[in-house]
Amino acid sequence: MDVNIKAPFDAEELKKLKCGDMVYISGTIYVARDAAHKRMQEALDKNEALPMDMNGNGIYYMGPSPAREGRVIGSAGPTTASRMDKYTPRLLDLGLKVMIGKGKRSPEVKEAIVRNGAVYMAAIGGAGALLSKSITASEVIAYEDLGTEAIRKLEVKDFPAIVVIDTTGEDLYIKATEEYRKEV
Amino acid sequence: MKEINVAQISEAIKDMCIETNHFLSADMRAALDRAEKEEESPLGRQILSKLKDNLQIAGEDHIPICQDTGMAVVFAEIGQEVHVTGGWIEDAINEGVRQGYTEGYLRKSVVSDPIVRKNTGDNTPAVIHYFMVPGDKIKLTFAPKGFGSENMSRVFMLKPADGVEGIKNAVLTAVKDAGPNACPPMVVGVGIGGTFEKCALLAKKALTRAADERAADHFIREMEEELQRKINASGIGPGGLGGTTTAFAVNIETYATHIAGLPVGVNICCHVNRHAVRIL
Repeated sequence: MDVNIKAPFDAEELKKLKCGDMVYISGTIYVARDAAHKRMQEALDKNEALPMDMNGNGIYYMGPSPAREGRVIGSAGPTTASRMDKYTPRLLDLGLKVMIGKGKRSPEVKEAIVRNGAVYMAAIGGAGALLSKSITASEVIAYEDLGTEAIRKLEVKDFPAIVVIDTTGEDLYIKATEEYRKEV
Repeated sequence: MKEINVAQISEAIKDMCIETNHFLSADMRAALDRAEKEEESPLGRQILSKLKDNLQIAGEDHIPICQDTGMAVVFAEIGQEVHVTGGWIEDAINEGVRQGYTEGYLRKSVVSDPIVRKNTGDNTPAVIHYFMVPGDKIKLTFAPKGFGSENMSRVFMLKPADGVEGIKNAVLTAVKDAGPNACPPMVVGVGIGGTFEKCALLAKKALTRAADERAADHFIREMEEELQRKINASGIGPGGLGGTTTAFAVNIETYATHIAGLPVGVNICCHVNRHAVRIL
């Protein structure tokens, strides 16, 4: 099913999503990957505030290529989500509602997704030029010294993603692979 | 003795940095076209169609195909009759990478130290493999490598008794473990034989072969085709979201090995399998 959804995210709307749904996100999302997650964890360990409120928000695992003059952003496709698994349950427990990336998640992350009514979505890996067209504004809001790994705030319009793990914990990667597996 | 100035080497590398990150080679584009026609999953076909749109946007608007513009991998085959002038070849290659990644608005993804992890800011250094060859030319193969798929690559130190079945199981295990993480449809580079490091290098070199070029050896060619069929029957599909196109190709390279060993390297590359060649 095709679903248009607003970001930040409404918990009740997220509950309606099922794995396999194609969603088009419009609104504000944040960008963070490996090094930014490590720093956010260190901040939490020291009881410091995070650069953005997790509650109801979404994080896109991504590190863009540089923007040419007059452009909002460069190539901007998803990176492998499992590298963030170690840091993710804590952010979900703080209210993070949507993660956009690609690839499998750990059992611990899946448990935290179900516990918090969150959703994991995949953007098409390796389609960074295409995906950049759905990003209308980009601003570095923290950890600027990390370069491509800095935390960004994005405005997106009809950003396409596919629901992989829904609020019930069902996993499209497992379900869809089973569906097309053949004996040879 | 033929002289080649380092400036020519830097220029060739710079051009290939920009070219490979914006335009896929014809063999990869043909593989994508074919897959879109043959894929059984509707979502899979939709993803393949979007990947074609992505290539078109990348070329027309000059945006990198993928934001992971890779760590620069260079195969430098140096004719032994060549005298490189004007500086050190390694500096020249890195200068080409520096210029290409800066002027081409490519992502700088390299950290100077694996533990301290500070970004070098210009995507250097490259990983360079030198080979001395007969002749008076330098052949440079440039293959920037993204790490979504690099992270899913493996070396298996099999035993001779594991045989052909062991090799096939190793490749299928690596591909299944990689699943959606490696951005399928993938190209699977396999190196069989040599030593621990040689099989990995063969696997990397195998990725620079055209996706539609099968091994010359009849037995190896059959193994490539069989493995591709089995990988495509795994169900992983485009984006790992189910389907019948998981690998565009399996490219196998082999080398002599020791009586006690059967090393197998599996280097996985995503659908953005970038490579270009310049001969100086």
